[in-house]
Amino acid sequence: MEQDKLREWEYKCIQEEPPECTATCPLHVDARLFVKEMGRGDREAAFKVLAKSMPFPGILARICDHPCERKCKRGEVEEPVAIALLERNCVEQATGKARIQLLPRRGQKIAVIGSGPAGLTAAWDLLKKGFGVTVFEHADRLGGSLRELPECILPREVLDRELAVLEELKADIRVDEVIDATAFENISREYDAIFIDRERVEGYELPIKRSSGGEISVDAATGATECEGVFAGGGTRRHGAYSPVNETLQGRKGALSIERFIQKAQMGAGRVNDGPFTTRLFTNISGIASVPRVRPADTAIGYSDGEALAEAKRCIQCECLECVKACLYLERYEGYPKKYARQVFNNERVILGAAHTKNQFVNSCSTCGLCEVVCPNNFNMGDLCLQARRTMNGQKLMPLSFHEFALKDMAHSTGGRFALSRHEPGHEKSEWLYFPSCQLCATSPGEVLSSYRYLREQLTGGVGIMLGCCGAPAFWAGRDDLFRETRDALRNEWEQLGNPRVITACSTCLNLFREHIPDMAPVSLWKILEQCGLPLKTCEATGKTVAVADPCITRYDRDTQESVRHIVHLLGMDSEELPSCGEKAECCGYGGLMYNANPKLARDGIARRVAVASSTDVQRDYLVYCAMCRDNFAVSGARVSHLIELLFPNVEGGDPAARGWISWSLRCSNRARVRQGILQEFGEKEEHVVITYENIRLEMTPEVLRRTDERRILEDDIKMVIDHVERTGKRIRNNRDGRYLACHQTHNVTFWVEYTPETDRFTVHNAYCHRMKIVGVKQ
Amino acid sequence: MSLMEAGTGWSCTACGGELEIMKVGFTYMKGNFEVNLPACSNCGLVLVSEELATGKMAEAERILEDK
Repeated sequence: MEQDKLREWEYKCIQEEPPECTATCPLHVDARLFVKEMGRGDREAAFKVLAKSMPFPGILARICDHPCERKCKRGEVEEPVAIALLERNCVEQATGKARIQLLPRRGQKIAVIGSGPAGLTAAWDLLKKGFGVTVFEHADRLGGSLRELPECILPREVLDRELAVLEELKADIRVDEVIDATAFENISREYDAIFIDRERVEGYELPIKRSSGGEISVDAATGATECEGVFAGGGTRRHGAYSPVNETLQGRKGALSIERFIQKAQMGAGRVNDGPFTTRLFTNISGIASVPRVRPADTAIGYSDGEALAEAKRCIQCECLECVKACLYLERYEGYPKKYARQVFNNERVILGAAHTKNQFVNSCSTCGLCEVVCPNNFNMGDLCLQARRTMNGQKLMPLSFHEFALKDMAHSTGGRFALSRHEPGHEKSEWLYFPSCQLCATSPGEVLSSYRYLREQLTGGVGIMLGCCGAPAFWAGRDDLFRETRDALRNEWEQLGNPRVITACSTCLNLFREHIPDMAPVSLWKILEQCGLPLKTCEATGKTVAVADPCITRYDRDTQESVRHIVHLLGMDSEELPSCGEKAECCGYGGLMYNANPKLARDGIARRVAVASSTDVQRDYLVYCAMCRDNFAVSGARVSHLIELLFPNVEGGDPAARGWISWSLRCSNRARVRQGILQEFGEKEEHVVITYENIRLEMTPEVLRRTDERRILEDDIKMVIDHVERTGKRIRNNRDGRYLACHQTHNVTFWVEYTPETDRFTVHNAYCHRMKIVGVKQ
Repeated sequence: MSLMEAGTGWSCTACGGELEIMKVGFTYMKGNFEVNLPACSNCGLVLVSEELATGKMAEAERILEDK
């Protein structure tokens, strides 16, 4: 990933954008953090937040007109958070003093004429920037209009105390000054720049252009007057639009302009967010309970401590996190896409030998795309992760363990034990081609064979068959080489059959073919069945209500989703819509090979979905139309059936939802069963080459079977170990119980098996594996 | 890793000898380790227990994979 691409990704995620209150505040006070500190009862910390952005916080917090409240998101629920009252409570009681950080002293001297809120702010900011500042005031003390405010709002004592800070900062204060044209000329000569607070200068004879109303004309963005080096601001009061915080903003703008004037820097550059601006932050307020605003018992005093605490707790603490709320993967890594994009970028760039701490993170995303749907800006974490996986493969830095099992499973599906392509017997060409998918054959071999028979009965022009894998595991693993190879081989086979129209029972295959081999014009089995009618003998399910769980890959395939619901109704059942249906479908943990790279996350994800469903009053059976959804729901203990099991019943007892989980070993032999079944129906014979270890018979308790399957150890792996060590004698024996323990290293994994030989079989007590290679005993 | 395993109670079926604690070398993703494990001094057979394979070894593999 290049820097500019990273910037694009980062810009898409808006979690770090300021909340409405901060964006609306002319001074960008972090009101969200301020209220949070107040809600924690930490008034001193809250005061520090104010003091960070506000000049004279003791004054401004008392007199501010708080435009922030008008935009507060809580106000969309019922009433905005009373930020004004909270600020007052804070500054009245906080003992801390604003710690002012000064920049190094600079030689230039600036004159500030007038000491209303704008002039005082300009003086404060300029002193902080390190300039020498002289304040000229025609009255006998500083404060201007602030001195006219009622004592109950701004006590004189507070005003004097706050203004004393200017002297502490070594400002030169000159009161009782008459500023006429001569005085102004002298000031212009003596000082490097001037800021005029327009609040008090109506009567002054200053050689500066004024409007017809007598106001000194300024550039709205910078406060610059027509006179070089002279800036002005404030004075909104005369127009009946008095806003203390806007007065303050104008002083602040003037100070920044003066700094740029002195530095001969670009006056207007990067100032779009100087004042209030529109934030891009999205905050979802649906589901937020209404909490009435706290009214102070004594309005003259304002909030008591308890009232302030209760009011502060009303704050929503605006943030987006829409995707994190929807996705366990995004939640578990404790960040959000903007942070993740940076981490993925860094992970790619780390020099060899240093830590790639985000390898597992990059490979744990199911790439299901739910984040893109819920994100106000369509951030797709899956796209980010897939490109990172391709890069990792390109850099030869992809740990094998993340995808090896899944790619071996894929190799089984593209290999001689399963892959097949044929015209329908008696046909020399095929109008149609049935591609049931590797995983559906693994889950429901009998149903696949029945459905193929049915298609041959219903459709004319020949229905060919193709068994294989669409290449999805390679695509998800970021193995573009393997994916292209698989796709090209499929395309080639399909062309050999005369480009028939492809019918598939798997939505992943459908999606991948549409994207990568669009000429196939693939159509779902469900669409075909909807059109040519259901088989006569289906599962007895009339009157039942099922919860339809759409596979994540059908997110944008409304057509397939509707076909499935239509068939459910044709079967006499009702369908219940889950919260995660349609466009908001969730992944079962198979997508993106999450189950391989991060099995725990995949298990937790499906368990969470099942737990949410079981907390409802009525617990429905799930109805799925993705083989991996079926298996993952079943592994987590839910009652689930695949649509094909209802349409072409093959399960004994007629209750497919009671079938439970299927091991990876059984999945492989089920695939072989489909191939053999088809060859048999076609009257073809095939010499099956038996590998020696295949004749070994194993005995395992259901617990051992489940445990070894969770460890992704196939029965073939176990047989290989036993075959190897029974021939070589290289095993160890437990003297207590006589059991043997032996290991064999195949490919990149070392498998261990604990077993007891019986007369015609081997009882397997346990099996486990590791990827670390045993180098040997050191002498 | 400090992975002492009790070697007593296991024997090698190839030579009949008892396993004893020996230094065993492992390698994974450019990392090399030595661990004291029960092993047959004659035949070189090593005992990696389930606890070790699914515990500390799996943890070490994870760490090395994120490097």
